Amino acid sequence: MSSRPSALAAAVAVLERDLVLAARRPGEWLQPLGFFVLVTVLFPLALDPEPTRLRELAPAALWVSLLLASLLALEFLFREDARDGTLEQFALSGQSFTALLLAKTATHWILTGLPMVVAGPFAVLALGAPATAIPGVLLAVLLGSVTLSLIGAIGAGLTLGTRRGGALLSLLVLPLVMPVLVFGARATARAIAGDEMAEAILLLGSLGVLSLTLAPLAAAAAVRISME
Amino acid sequence: MLEVTQLHLWRGDRHLLKGLGFSLEPGQLLQLLWPNGTGKTSLLRCLAGFTHAEEGEIRWQGRPVREDRDEFHWQLAYLGHENSLKDDLSAPENLRFACALRTHLKEAQLRARLDMVGLGSIDPHLPVRNFSAGQKRRVALARLSLWNARLWLLDEPATNLDAAGQAVLASLLQEHLAAGGMAVVATHRPIDLPGAHSRYWHLPGDTLQ
Repeated sequence: MSSRPSALAAAVAVLERDLVLAARRPGEWLQPLGFFVLVTVLFPLALDPEPTRLRELAPAALWVSLLLASLLALEFLFREDARDGTLEQFALSGQSFTALLLAKTATHWILTGLPMVVAGPFAVLALGAPATAIPGVLLAVLLGSVTLSLIGAIGAGLTLGTRRGGALLSLLVLPLVMPVLVFGARATARAIAGDEMAEAILLLGSLGVLSLTLAPLAAAAAVRISME
Repeated sequence: MLEVTQLHLWRGDRHLLKGLGFSLEPGQLLQLLWPNGTGKTSLLRCLAGFTHAEEGEIRWQGRPVREDRDEFHWQLAYLGHENSLKDDLSAPENLRFACALRTHLKEAQLRARLDMVGLGSIDPHLPVRNFSAGQKRRVALARLSLWNARLWLLDEPATNLDAAGQAVLASLLQEHLAAGGMAVVATHRPIDLPGAHSRYWHLPGDTLQ
């Protein structure tokens, strides 16, 4: 009998497959990015085009649209694989279920979080922030979006068994990600004002580490329940 | 060797399996021919570890499966009602991915298996979404045989298969059993395997011949 592939090899296989699938069906992951860009572009149009006012509102606009866009993307995280039985085969593959689902979450972040990390600085520039804010905003959105994907995976797993999970998913995930919204917006405001932002970034970072440690286990347990 | 003792399973309020027990030796095939709604699928899903029995024990190679679930799962192949194929991927892509989690697959093996299940002449780039239901099932059967699993748990494997497809299923089973594999198959029509050690189980309450 041949030997079992390593957990890393299996996780990489999941990642590769999901990227190939995403390339064949781009609509699913482009939609949240489009939503994010649209909201941040429409914001200045609806407000006074006064630069100081826009700049004040930029962090709020950025993070609220980021949060909602990532919720929009979450629905697709496990649904297809649950529907066609692929998740069941993951559970029976002899590989760590947690690692395989973490690989799926990582791919999901690459497809929906990473584009927003790239788009984030442009969005705040469009909202009148100075170019000096870019590194800080980039870092804040990077840390925040990773946390959003990881915590979101728990919600996506828990709502797998329900037929119309969208609304329930938002209700479950939103309270959990409030700290990300608060600290993310705070860090962005400080970056725009040119203030010291280490505290806010450290808090965002620790939220990220905490969710990376615990969220994959919770997500795997949630998905297992939905298969019973 | 698979041993099941005193298995009790509830689905909601229904006491579905009442103290079920059986054992399966290498090279043996167990055919569950129970009527609809008597727990064939529930038993298979319980053996696979999706659900936990309220009472009873499942032992694999002499040890309770709880002790090393990953090892047990690796030696087990489950084919349920879903084929677990990605519609956007072609048949070889689907097989390559499914095998990447479990074994080191050679491209020649993959070709040979696709030929054997009768899909060798299909364009290797054609997404599975364009396959018929029976052709998808054949891809799932090819996957099953590529995994080198010792124990097969099959839930109505002949669904959507034509006569030639059922012959493919029979020969795959025969090959698996001849190599010392074991299989539990839920089916409403007995599968006739000349020369194989087949046992038929007609009702959950019956004792097994």
